[in-house]
Amino acid sequence: MSRVLLIEDDRAVREGVTLTLRRRGHEVEGAPTGEAGLAALESFRPDLVLLDLMLPDKSGFEVCRRIRATQQIPIIMLTARGDDIDVVLGLEAGADDYIVKPARGEVLEARIRAVLRRAAPVDGGGPDPAVPQATAETHGDLTIDRAGLLVSKHGQDLPLAPSEMKLLLYLSATPGRVFSRQQLLEHVWEHSYHGDARLVDACVMRLRTKVEESTRSPRYIQTVRGFGYRFGPV
Amino acid sequence: MSPLNRPVHLRRPSLGRPALRTLFRGLRARLVVAFLLVAALSALTTAALTFREARTAILKRTQDTAVSALRSQVNSQVPDLRFPPGHGDLARFTTNLARAGQAQQWNIYARYRDGAMVPKARPGARGIPDGVQQKVHSGIAAFQRVEINGEPWLAIGLPVAYSGEGGELSGLEVYAQVPLREDEANVQALVEAAQSGALPALALAIVPALLAARGVLRPVRELRRATQRITEGELDTRLKVTGSDELADLSRTFNDMAAALEENVAELRRMEANSRRFAADVSHELRTPLAAMTAVVDVLDEDAESLDEDTAYAVRLISQETGKLARMVEDLMEISRFDAGAAALHLDEVDVAETVRKTLQARGWQDKVTADLPEGVRARLDPRRVDVVVANLVGNALRHGGEPVAVAVRTEERYDGGEHSGERLLIEVADRGEGIDPDVLPHVFERFFKADAARVRSEGSGLGLAITMENVRLHDGTVRAANGPGGGAVFTVDLPLRRGGDES
Repeated sequence: MSRVLLIEDDRAVREGVTLTLRRRGHEVEGAPTGEAGLAALESFRPDLVLLDLMLPDKSGFEVCRRIRATQQIPIIMLTARGDDIDVVLGLEAGADDYIVKPARGEVLEARIRAVLRRAAPVDGGGPDPAVPQATAETHGDLTIDRAGLLVSKHGQDLPLAPSEMKLLLYLSATPGRVFSRQQLLEHVWEHSYHGDARLVDACVMRLRTKVEESTRSPRYIQTVRGFGYRFGPV
Repeated sequence: MSPLNRPVHLRRPSLGRPALRTLFRGLRARLVVAFLLVAALSALTTAALTFREARTAILKRTQDTAVSALRSQVNSQVPDLRFPPGHGDLARFTTNLARAGQAQQWNIYARYRDGAMVPKARPGARGIPDGVQQKVHSGIAAFQRVEINGEPWLAIGLPVAYSGEGGELSGLEVYAQVPLREDEANVQALVEAAQSGALPALALAIVPALLAARGVLRPVRELRRATQRITEGELDTRLKVTGSDELADLSRTFNDMAAALEENVAELRRMEANSRRFAADVSHELRTPLAAMTAVVDVLDEDAESLDEDTAYAVRLISQETGKLARMVEDLMEISRFDAGAAALHLDEVDVAETVRKTLQARGWQDKVTADLPEGVRARLDPRRVDVVVANLVGNALRHGGEPVAVAVRTEERYDGGEHSGERLLIEVADRGEGIDPDVLPHVFERFFKADAARVRSEGSGLGLAITMENVRLHDGTVRAANGPGGGAVFTVDLPLRRGGDES
């Protein structure tokens, strides 16, 4: 199915998660430290990283930042619930989602699937090779290629993490329409309605630093007080 | 924030101007009055003593003057008197004396041996007192103050002796009545002077009285303020000790007491924090092995079917109990976060009906719960925490109460003493069970409280309602448990209904 790199320092948790994911058809490489994980990034070439935030050698945030510097593969943090600051820092470092430990195999599986779906083209059917250009749309300085999953600004490709990409595609599909955080959690992250709205806020912040000229007066990803977010209209 | 860290809010006694009645009863008034009394008493005593001395001195001078004047007049006129004198001689003698003593305004009487007084005393007027006459008769000069028609007079009696060695008594007696009116006026002036001096002195005494009262009262007032601050939880309050009087001793004792109190409270807090941290640490340590176990319970569940009956049962049991254990540890961690003040509120404006509906849907409770959710009610709250609140209350109602469980949302305008104090959001969860024993009602939100003394294990961790209450409290709201009129328990969550503002 997919290649999962698991960076987790506790042996029992690492082996348990590896076991349950393998049984669900994933190929899993376990790494006990941040260094080993970063090394495996090159050799194993994973589709997705499961990253424990509390690592002995290097903090999970640092590993997350190092991965994001070069790659836009999905990163899911493993965290203890309620370690609120950790979650915020991890999301700022570029993580796409997080899973609270302890988590059952089915929860892990569901999140992995959701994040991977996010990384794939939005219509799920794959780009139609006959009309590759037709999907590209222009909003101000932004060009969004829905099929090719490419976003460029002034003709320059923007490196967007999977959650950022999917959020931008979702919002820009209906410019001017307002979505509540809860709606975005349900549709973009496939979380429950009562999920953690900070996922949305952190992702919006990251997306703005990449697409906006000024994050203080955003043009594309706009906040609608008391309701949520909307794209443009530009 | 732990309960101990919270400042205690007591009704603050008013520091404003005390009522007039208490003003007079106050320590200041009592001190001033006492001071004035002492001042008045000493002024009066001094005045009385001075008055007496002065009066005696004035009278003595008047007497001396009158006596010596009379004596010299008698001495100068007696040689002209024929001896033994007849009635006419005596009358002429007294007339001459009276004329000579015009300045003294005296009345002169004379008598020879046992003869009658010349001139005769006017009828009704008091004559010379008998005591004076007797003394003079036996040859001693005498005088006495007398009242005649309410006016003070001095009666003087002089025996006249022959000049020469023996000084034999001649039998002639001369008496005089001298008015003391002017001297009385002098004494009266003295009294008035004492009065007019004493009153300003008394008035002036108020100033040092007030100063003294202030000196005593300032430390007392500071002591009161400090006590009040201690009551309000500022245990580091200390008084500045100046001087070495009783009040300074009191201040020192107060400081010792405050220090002891502060130390004890700090010790209690430390102990409480330690025990709380212990609970948090234990849960934290339990979590890692639980994470590993939880990750593989799916494997157990899936493969249980292929095992023999006993093993399958054991494996399923382990799987279930691992889940419960994980939930319990999570609840403990959650409570620890509330205790540590680390629970954060992430407010978001949401549709309340939708929030509650999604809670029920997420747990598959739509069919078991009747929901009365008015549309269009928007409120700023933490949807994840409200989800926990509603889920805990409904879950509790389903477990302990009975179906159908009813959830109702409504808003209410709240008035506090006639003033609009804001809109409230009420979420009511009612069941049709037997209700809650009234004795137990006050305790249902306590940690690990089980209404059942037998402590039958239930689905929950025993922390569900405690977590519910903490979540509501974090929203500045309250949650109440009661029994409904138609039987069954009713839990009411009462939150301030906030709208608009920034998302956090």
